[in-house]
Amino acid sequence: MKTKEEVRVTQIHFDVEEVRKDFPVLHQQVNGHPLVYLDNGATAQKPLQVIEAISDYYRRYNANIHRGVHHLSQLATQTYEDAREEVRSFLNAKETAEIVFTSGTTDGINLVANTYARMVLRSGDEVLISAMEHHANIVPWQMICEQTGAILRVIPISDDGEWIMDEALNMISGATKIVSVMHVSNALGTINPIEKIIEAAHAVDARVMIDGAQALPHFEVDLQQLDCDFYVFSGHKISAPTGIGILFGKKELLQKMPPWKGGGDMIKEVSFAKTTYAETPLKFEAGTPNIEGAVAMAEGIRYWRKLNHHELQLHEQSLLEYATSELMKLPGMRIYGRAKHKVPVVSFLIDGLHPYDVGFILDRNGIAVRTGHHCAQPLMDFYGIPGTVRASFAFYNTHQEVDLLIKALKQAIKMLS
Amino acid sequence: MSIIAKETEIVEEFAMFEDWTEKYEYIIDLGRSLPLIDKELKTEEHLIKGCQSQVWLDAAFDGEKVQFRADSDAQIPKGIVSLLVRVLSDETPEEIVNTPLSFIEKIGLKEHLSPTRANGLVSMVNQMKMHALAFQHK
Repeated sequence: MKTKEEVRVTQIHFDVEEVRKDFPVLHQQVNGHPLVYLDNGATAQKPLQVIEAISDYYRRYNANIHRGVHHLSQLATQTYEDAREEVRSFLNAKETAEIVFTSGTTDGINLVANTYARMVLRSGDEVLISAMEHHANIVPWQMICEQTGAILRVIPISDDGEWIMDEALNMISGATKIVSVMHVSNALGTINPIEKIIEAAHAVDARVMIDGAQALPHFEVDLQQLDCDFYVFSGHKISAPTGIGILFGKKELLQKMPPWKGGGDMIKEVSFAKTTYAETPLKFEAGTPNIEGAVAMAEGIRYWRKLNHHELQLHEQSLLEYATSELMKLPGMRIYGRAKHKVPVVSFLIDGLHPYDVGFILDRNGIAVRTGHHCAQPLMDFYGIPGTVRASFAFYNTHQEVDLLIKALKQAIKMLS
Repeated sequence: MSIIAKETEIVEEFAMFEDWTEKYEYIIDLGRSLPLIDKELKTEEHLIKGCQSQVWLDAAFDGEKVQFRADSDAQIPKGIVSLLVRVLSDETPEEIVNTPLSFIEKIGLKEHLSPTRANGLVSMVNQMKMHALAFQHK
């Protein structure tokens, strides 16, 4: 075993300028200014390695999988299944049977709501979510509650944007059957204490689904240690293409769950009298899947795992602290989401300035941010605001980019006040 | 003044600006001078909801000409709203319905009327024409 010192020496120092070279899209001018991409919470940029993996797939071995005896189909199937193994190892899941390819986080949540939840929920049962959830983790539960007579309950949050834990733990009871909450808030950046919720839910025999869409771009998770029952995320938030995502589910649950979509690749035998289904995970992957997406996601994960995570997190936290302190120097600045543990996301409003106007003036300066309600209208209602301006950073962002953001915001304040 | 004459006037005004900051400072000023819609009219009925910002629109008809009043919660859309009100107000329903608008594109503001901006402006232009169409058949 290597000592700590040896590990530190063998890992490459995190060099943001070097890393940026891997992302071609970052090197361009927008409206006459160098692009400053601070909309990583919406989607992350892709490194060359991922872009080339997609191209390589179509140039060398495009074929349908799990179907052909021919060479290309074998190669495509092998690479697709290797991708599943890469994801398993990345999440530290026990086996690849627990890794289902989906089209993204939304798809994964809907799959669980329409299979596991539909199977177990009875009238009067409770589903617990939180007040900061993305619409993708609200609407599927509302739909399934309406259909089953179950009750949707909502963990309240504090002004700082943290769960009120006493109340959260009190809400978990024998009636609770499913808890589905976000690991990290897309609108506020809060890293939620999901470990405590998972433990409390398991104590009453409820199952827990974690929406990890905004977590994995910033830190690694160990699913065996977390012990959640389901974990979902989207490839495109972690440098992989859009249209591919993962549902992790504990094998014993996936085995019990009925399939959701019917079609090819998910069956064992089909006759007009009766169809039997394939085993998990193929049972949940009807039709030709996003093969190129899976292959490129594995490449994105390989890229991500090669980075020095200790250094990367220090860099991201330093960006967060610097951006927060510089923003607070601006007149009328209000930051939403002041949790103790945050990823580098800063959601803010400037008194008297509408997010649309601010976002537009930033765009004229080549700066990409998100404005609006961030698909979290109930959260915006909680704060009594229509939306915010959100700067969401990735490991390839720099401190100089924070300076450019501040400079452009000063111009926005001057023009709009 | 006809719709086309008003459009030409606006295009000439905007030709003076040398860069985007001057242009947008002017638009923001226009928004500030827009006669505000009465509070009682800021209802769901008058609201054109965009994902990012919203617009309120009221139309009145005296039997001959249409008067529009409007407002937006964001300043840049509000300035553009004021230009649309200036061009289409005090015109007959026939003219409003039949004259295609070209000044927005000519003064380089087309991007704000793109559906992707989600600011309610595209729907607002349609709504203004719909009001005129309804008045035409009164």
